[in-house]
Amino acid sequence: MQLKEYLLSLKKESPNLKVDRGGGMKVFVLAKHAADPESEIKVSSDGKNVETSGLIFDINDWDRYAIEEGIRIKEKIGGEVVVVGVGKNCDDTLRKCLAMGADRAIKIPVDTNDAYQIAELIKKAIEKEKFDLIIAGYMSQDMNYSLVGALLAGMLNLPFATAVTSLKIDGGKVVAVRELEGGYKEEVELQIPCLITVQSGINEPRYVSVMGIKRARTKEIREVKLELPPSAVNILKIYPPPIKLAEILTGDASQIAAKIVEIVKSRGLI
Amino acid sequence: MNFELTEEQKMIANAAKEIAQDFPPEYWREKDEKGEFAEEFFKAIAKAGFFGIVIPEEYGGSGYGLTELLIAMEELAANGCGMGGIWYLMITEVFGGLSIVRHGTEFHKEKYLPKIASGEMEFCMALTEPDAGTNTLAIRTSAVKDGDEWVINGNKVWISGADRAKGMLIVARTTPLEKAPKRTFGISLFLADLPNKAVKINPIPKHAINYSKSCEVSFNNLRLPENSLIPPKDEGWYLLLDTLNPERMGFTTAAVGISRLAISKAVEYSKKRKVFADPIGSYQGLQFPIAEAYSTLECAKLMNFKAAWLFDNKASYREVGKYANMAKLVAVEAGIKAVYWAMQVFGGYGYAKEYDVERWWREINLIRLAPVTQQMALNYVAEHVLGMPKSYR
Ligand SMILES: Cc1cc2nc3c(=O)[nH]c(=O)nc-3n(C[C@H](O)[C@H](O)[C@H](O)COP(=O)(O)OP(=O)(O)OC[C@H]3O[C@@H](n4cnc5c(N)ncnc54)[C@H](O)[C@@H]3O)c2cc1C
Repeated sequence: MQLKEYLLSLKKESPNLKVDRGGGMKVFVLAKHAADPESEIKVSSDGKNVETSGLIFDINDWDRYAIEEGIRIKEKIGGEVVVVGVGKNCDDTLRKCLAMGADRAIKIPVDTNDAYQIAELIKKAIEKEKFDLIIAGYMSQDMNYSLVGALLAGMLNLPFATAVTSLKIDGGKVVAVRELEGGYKEEVELQIPCLITVQSGINEPRYVSVMGIKRARTKEIREVKLELPPSAVNILKIYPPPIKLAEILTGDASQIAAKIVEIVKSRGLI
Repeated sequence: MNFELTEEQKMIANAAKEIAQDFPPEYWREKDEKGEFAEEFFKAIAKAGFFGIVIPEEYGGSGYGLTELLIAMEELAANGCGMGGIWYLMITEVFGGLSIVRHGTEFHKEKYLPKIASGEMEFCMALTEPDAGTNTLAIRTSAVKDGDEWVINGNKVWISGADRAKGMLIVARTTPLEKAPKRTFGISLFLADLPNKAVKINPIPKHAINYSKSCEVSFNNLRLPENSLIPPKDEGWYLLLDTLNPERMGFTTAAVGISRLAISKAVEYSKKRKVFADPIGSYQGLQFPIAEAYSTLECAKLMNFKAAWLFDNKASYREVGKYANMAKLVAVEAGIKAVYWAMQVFGGYGYAKEYDVERWWREINLIRLAPVTQQMALNYVAEHVLGMPKSYR
């Protein structure tokens, strides 16, 4: 079977996904309220988690590009942008997306960092909705899985493309340029409905505007209560990064030079 | 009593912080050094709707209050912009926007507010004169009716942003001081479009804030249409207080924001810099004055929010003035102290442009001189809060 036929067959298998572009595109954007990797990170006493107390949370950096891309599509061809978040405390991120220009939000108040569980929750929350395109960030700044988008596409039987650096909507198709290793790029065509994950730099995300904040006041954040699905992964241990030691060498020039030679040799560099 | 910012106020603070982080101290260092208008910054805050914070939605703004504007200003200043985070918003949104929102006619609102809100129109305020700074009521710029036009003559000084502004709030006398039944009578407010050949503008080289020019301005038979007057005629002084009080509050916010910025940089540096065995940040000689200044500023900030809350809830200018002046008095002293000690922390490097603290030092020194001097703020408190006899004539 050709890939295209395969993708079309996938579409047929998912009766819930009705393409409806009468009023433009209906775009769903996934946005994670994620820990900033530059905030204070401490491994918890059981060694399997990270202490949340010192963490600063904000929208996952890749998802800023995702929401911007969604809003740009709507501004160009009309439609609706729906932002979806998972987590009991994800309101700030959802509200930020609404202030940037999303029309409404869906919040799934369940806390988990497991990519499979997240994808499963999102699938359950949106499977009865109509959509043309789902946009997710390429990865999350905290967990680094790059999985939620791909898993969700699999669960919803959608064609998908990852690490997208530019995007065009062409009738019933999405034409996306993907980033490959070594600076190469690949252009792919996906039938709508489909899912893409965007690479940072695909656009320049707008600042949240004061008018946007005011407008967001009346926009809906709908809560979808769901049970936490089972997880297939069991975290055993978290390893903190090795501490990089710096050493100030003292002594006169010849003593310092001798020490440098010693260090470089000990690392097997000469 | 509720001290928590609302959800929307927090979002405004965050939005401001995010913009500020894209315009770090080195950006302002270059703008100040080259004497260049911060075009990129201005456009960024304009696009994000910051010039429309106090402007009602029907005129293209977002219809928040002065409180929200101060929140935005503080975060811009504290997260990298220093005085730059305050200045443009002050001269365009407070001098122009807020004055018109509060007292402009429907014609003025429709004509100016949408353009101010979008950042298309910069504004300025021409109040101070060579012989009337502290003694504001002694202004001599005159507005005389000729047919259905007003003719303005006189000289102003220190008018910030006049070189670029497309709109100007002019404070002039429609009744000369000698003929006025009381000193506050006879002052009127006008809105003028610039540039105009009858208005000569000459920038004054100055100590800091060189990303904006403050200018000498002279009016030589400037003819304005009848409807350029903000009514009522002769009673403009009381209207103007609804601009001057917020101006004071904005500069209290400047003291808080600039100090937060200088202190955060100093703290960061003090933890790394070792001169003797321990980091200099561990010495109480440096800790105490900074801790004291910071605490005083936090108190001043609360008082400033009280003034802003009163203003937003339409309290009288007298009530607002009390708190606005007390907050400013305290904030200015503490702000100067904060930046002084931040500079001390940097030692000799505090004197190098590269460390920025010398610029914040130059910036913060403005606010003991303008918009109102410390002495006049003290006079205000003594006379209007404590009820003591007026000490000057
Ligand atoms: C950078 C900058 C920007 C400015 N921008 C603007 C602007 O955009 N628009 C505008 O209209 N104005 C502007 N001003 C003007 C500013 O508001 C005035 O400079 C200020 O009000 C002080 O007036 P003055 O300079 O005439 O000082 P003066 O009135 O000459 O005062 C001199 C000194 O005498 C003291 N003094 C006077 N009377 C008393 C008293 N009774 N008791 C005790 N002490 C007293 C004062 O406190 C002061 O220290 C700006 C000024 C500066 C420096």
